Amino acid sequence: MIQKEAEKIFETRELSVNMGPQHPATHGVLRLVLDIDGETIVNVTPYVGYLHRGIEKLGESLSYFQALPLTDRMDYVSAMSNNIGYCVAVEKLFGIEAPERAKFIRTIVGEMSRIANHLLWLATHALDIGAMTVFLYCFREREWILDLYEMICGARLTVTFPRVGGVRNDVPQEFLDSLWKFTDEFPSRILEYETLIDQNRIWLKRTVGIGVISAEEAVNWGMTGPTLRGSGVSYDIRKHIPYDAYDKVEFDVPIGTEGDTYDRYRCRMLEMRQSNNIIRQCIEKLPAGPVMADEPKFTMQPKDKMMAITHPTKQHAYFILEKACKACGMCLRACPAKAIVGQKKVPHTIKQELCVSCATCYATCKFKALTIVPGGKGLSDEKLAELAVAPNELPDDIKKAGEYLVRQFEFVKKGPKAPEGEIYVATEVPKGELGFYFVSDGTGKPYRMRVRAPSFIHAGCLPRLCAGHLVADVIAAIGTIDIVLGECDR
Amino acid sequence: MAVTEVRLTLEPSGLAPIDIAETIKGKFPDQVIEVVESRDQVSVIIKRDQIVAILRFLHDDPLLSFDHLQDLTAVDYIKKKEIRFEVVYNIYSIRYRHRIRIRAQVPENDPKIDSVVSVWAGANWHERECYDMFGINFVGHPDLRRILMPEDWEGYPLRKDYPLKGPEFDKDWAGFTDVVKRSKELREFEWAG
Repeated sequence: MIQKEAEKIFETRELSVNMGPQHPATHGVLRLVLDIDGETIVNVTPYVGYLHRGIEKLGESLSYFQALPLTDRMDYVSAMSNNIGYCVAVEKLFGIEAPERAKFIRTIVGEMSRIANHLLWLATHALDIGAMTVFLYCFREREWILDLYEMICGARLTVTFPRVGGVRNDVPQEFLDSLWKFTDEFPSRILEYETLIDQNRIWLKRTVGIGVISAEEAVNWGMTGPTLRGSGVSYDIRKHIPYDAYDKVEFDVPIGTEGDTYDRYRCRMLEMRQSNNIIRQCIEKLPAGPVMADEPKFTMQPKDKMMAITHPTKQHAYFILEKACKACGMCLRACPAKAIVGQKKVPHTIKQELCVSCATCYATCKFKALTIVPGGKGLSDEKLAELAVAPNELPDDIKKAGEYLVRQFEFVKKGPKAPEGEIYVATEVPKGELGFYFVSDGTGKPYRMRVRAPSFIHAGCLPRLCAGHLVADVIAAIGTIDIVLGECDR
Repeated sequence: MAVTEVRLTLEPSGLAPIDIAETIKGKFPDQVIEVVESRDQVSVIIKRDQIVAILRFLHDDPLLSFDHLQDLTAVDYIKKKEIRFEVVYNIYSIRYRHRIRIRAQVPENDPKIDSVVSVWAGANWHERECYDMFGINFVGHPDLRRILMPEDWEGYPLRKDYPLKGPEFDKDWAGFTDVVKRSKELREFEWAG
């Protein structure tokens, strides 16, 4: 009786608490509205979209080559994997295949990015739950991988190293040596992390039995990657639909049983070891050969085919044939050194002292008025006029290189034309299944480019994972699904 | 706490995608409009009326068992096809390792289709995004709100008639028109050398 009276007076209500969007533990700009009853979560409503940049819309307005750097900006923690996912999808759309060596290199860098991603995940996840030391340890190894990235492509985060039809450039031997050393040492480093937290009582209290999701439910929610495998579903695209060199290496897929935060943590730890093994196998099996597919219609041609013109040691001069020049102004606008001068309806001239011999004007001219004077650098205008011949009378090697150069210009400007059709290609990125759905109408740009981002789906599962837990466990749940909001919002 | 490492055992169903398309055609003969094959992937174009029944059948049938909704999106075929929108379902069976693509036609004047959240819970955010970007209403969706764009946003960005830079790009920032004007003036200078 008294209790009922008391309940009438002290009425309890659910409280709505705003978490984010600038909370450091939300790994980006994720806003959660928590409806809480005391300490217990009743409902979680995630709000995303703060990082929306319209990558799908942008991709539809760019050629297949230009859209590649956009994929770096989705999951910036493992940009390499995103590039690979995009390249594999576009290759399948074009119907081309990367050479064997490029496939192995892509597998190596893809697995490096998996390790780098899991290290960052472990560091921040542990930091969120209260284990500070792991953070510093993880970043030590992640730094090594980022340095290796820098060695092959000059960038640490937004790499754009894989290309449609292969990779940007071959890897140097020092890179492979350093990576081999890394793979030698890395397993002992994983042991170091595990000594810190694997049997740690606080860690176990915070992770075991938190965010439990059964196998059927996880599949139904569309979870993928280690987040799904923690629940015991053996879905790994590297095994299911192999791409690159994954069918030529042997590896196991770690599977959890309980589907809680701890199992997902264990899965990722074991996955890092598997990635380490894959890298070692790939280095051992790395075949020799080209790293770019030889498909003139779809891929960039190697630069050495144009070397007869563009190499800096070639001291060529460029000259405008007065008779052929229509004074259209194309070369004038294209010249990066602003060495071409002229007015409307008067043939242009090149200021030889400003010319940097880049051959841009040669590739731009449509009237065959621009010609090359081999070895003519430093000569006076009168002398050049004497020596200059029409472009089609030039020596054979220069003529051939010139043809390639012009073709390259057209190619970069308009982009390769994809055959008509549609395709959905999924790849296994560290966070889960990254899918690209392309609809092509036969032009140089995709008619529809759709990105299936794993973080987006996983963020949608948050209400399910948090329900019934305490407020502090929300942090553990955000950590365990490993989301990056750049990818979630696209 | 037990995490084991297993070598995946292959358990393919042996069903070719075209067989699955035939199964759907046999079960729902008046719903299937066309079966299209593109790069070894098969799409079944259907009417929107019985979308939930068809997908529920694909999900529940023990021989098909499409348990994983890989992707749900829409494509705007303005001026290309008679019926403007197509909602695309990429579905996959983790158990049998086969996949199929279902494309449901949605007309422009009545852009709505039944929600499949009851079949796959993961479709929730996909459908919200689709509504946000294309303005397609998913009937029966538990919480159909904008997701990536601000809630008071007007227009549907991924429609083909929506300008890339937004409808009010020039108006937003007055300085931009000035810059364009000045660059046009300066371009004349270049001719003088």
